[in-house]
Amino acid sequence: MTEISRRDLLAGAVGAVGGAVLAGLPSLAAGQQGAKTAAKAAAKAAAKAAAAPPPLPPIPDDATKLLGTPTTAVGERSRFVNAVRTPIGQVTGVSYTPLQDLTGTITPSDLHFERHHAGVPLLDPARHSLMIHGLVDRPMIFSVDDIKRFPQVTRTHFVECSGNGRGVYRDLKPETTVQIVAGMTSNSEWTGVPLKALFEEAGVKSGAKWFLAEGGDAVLLTRSIPIEKAFDDALVVWGQNGEPMRPEQGYPLRLLLPGFEGNSNVKWLRRLELGAQPWMTRWETSKYTDPLLDGKARIFSFEIDAKSVITSPTYPAQITKGWWPVSGLAWSGRGKITRVEVSTDNGKSWHDAAIDGPALRKAHTRFTHMWEWNGSETTLLSRATDETGYVQPTRADLIRIRGAGTDYHFNPIYGWTVKADGHVFFHGET
Amino acid sequence: MTGDRGPRTEDRERLVAIALLVVATVSLAACSGDSSANAEPSRRYALGRAATTDEIDKWHTDVGPDGAELPAGSGTVASGAEIFKAKCSACHGPDGQGMPPAYPAIVGRDPKGENFPFGTDWKITRTIGNYWPYATTVFDYVRRAMPHTAPGSLTNDEVYSLTAFLLAANQIIPMNSTLDAASLRAVKMPYVSRFVRDDRRGGRDVR
Repeated sequence: MTEISRRDLLAGAVGAVGGAVLAGLPSLAAGQQGAKTAAKAAAKAAAKAAAAPPPLPPIPDDATKLLGTPTTAVGERSRFVNAVRTPIGQVTGVSYTPLQDLTGTITPSDLHFERHHAGVPLLDPARHSLMIHGLVDRPMIFSVDDIKRFPQVTRTHFVECSGNGRGVYRDLKPETTVQIVAGMTSNSEWTGVPLKALFEEAGVKSGAKWFLAEGGDAVLLTRSIPIEKAFDDALVVWGQNGEPMRPEQGYPLRLLLPGFEGNSNVKWLRRLELGAQPWMTRWETSKYTDPLLDGKARIFSFEIDAKSVITSPTYPAQITKGWWPVSGLAWSGRGKITRVEVSTDNGKSWHDAAIDGPALRKAHTRFTHMWEWNGSETTLLSRATDETGYVQPTRADLIRIRGAGTDYHFNPIYGWTVKADGHVFFHGET
Repeated sequence: MTGDRGPRTEDRERLVAIALLVVATVSLAACSGDSSANAEPSRRYALGRAATTDEIDKWHTDVGPDGAELPAGSGTVASGAEIFKAKCSACHGPDGQGMPPAYPAIVGRDPKGENFPFGTDWKITRTIGNYWPYATTVFDYVRRAMPHTAPGSLTNDEVYSLTAFLLAANQIIPMNSTLDAASLRAVKMPYVSRFVRDDRRGGRDVR
């Protein structure tokens, strides 16, 4: 199908059934007729969803005296686990990862945070392709299958939206969950091909200093990336945590730029153009630039500054006296996390936390500090250091250096205040 | 001949020729090394296929800050105002003042927003007129992504018209303007010099 007709269909479909089509119902192939069919299907699906689910079986007094349930096609979380994102039901969507419910460092694919600007497109991998053109010797088109035949690599990296934490930077409401404080970061094992290999197949001409990455969604999202990143660690990925990448994360192909702000990791990747200068797209000028105190704005601020956050205990937990693991995540877009310190007395003293498992470069790193709570009110803080020697600043430092109005890359130290009754609240004033 | 330790003239010439060839090969390799910007040995896998000119032209719609890729066509502020009313105002408001917070203003030169105070006050709206560094970005983004529910549906003349209207409403160009490739290329945005490249590379300093 041509691009134009896809757009026409999308336009028609939006008119016919609105959000239902954008939500991914399989209706785009047959045009207006398909949209009508989709409307009927959507109505049916809605009716089905409205019907009450079958009652859950009672919880047995002694599970060893009762046969369990049979095998299933696709597993589900335990009925005692309620880990969910926070969708807002709009196509310009955002939905945060429930950091408080996660263990280790990998974010389950279905809980990876979402941020997209025109809904999740429905892309058929058999029709999807990646074009590479511009300052190359051989303009090329690769099918998804072509790309999977290159030598592949598997790497663990975080992706963080550079707007992560904007809300709490401005509003330090104590009743804020860690999901809202920092839930626009997620960490996956990605499988793909080094971008370098694709560029070598096309032959990069001298004079190519930047490349433009374009997504196949309804805003054709574009970002300009310095060419050095392609020859450093950039990947074109299709796999996430052992299976094909989720549609919300860019199925069937995504650009993965380890350590770079989320928006530049262009999802639904369909085109790479090599050129001599950046394109100054809307996403790197009007948005994703950092206003500073001196009447300037920082542009192309790709790298995520070192950051950490305690994920347990957090609001709205209530704890009791005794020993608790103070546990959280740390990450840096510039390499490995080398140290995480935890304070259990609001910054008067700091202790080196234990790093659980390997501290991978540009990846979530889990830390834990064992702490015995004596029952008096206190505040827990965490502070990360990365391999460049960068130390996570306080919020006061960040406001002093970068301004209260800065709009991306929020990485201040945050904490959690434990009241005398054990209730835990967000503490943003650091 | 036995007393002659050096090579014969013929051989000397051959050696010189070989030496020249080696030099030439090395410099060729150096050139191709430059062109691939990659020090590691590369290999081609003969995967994928050549992209045709038609295929490239269809998707190659991006317009950079020098406007070199701007298409033929033109549009006036007046026609842009009409198109805006019909196709854009449902979200952006009749005059581009938006419907905050979901749709912030894209038009406006409120004196509070002048001289780039955004680092200190996040409540001042960043509009096209008081923030955007390049006029070509308006054309590129409107053409690729707007209207939100019918992206890619505008003709190039309509995109020129809307760009003209948005720039005029933001007091960048006169209200009686007509924009085409040449005149859009000539538009300079007032705050372009405020944008500075990120030069941080980690280390102890928080900047």
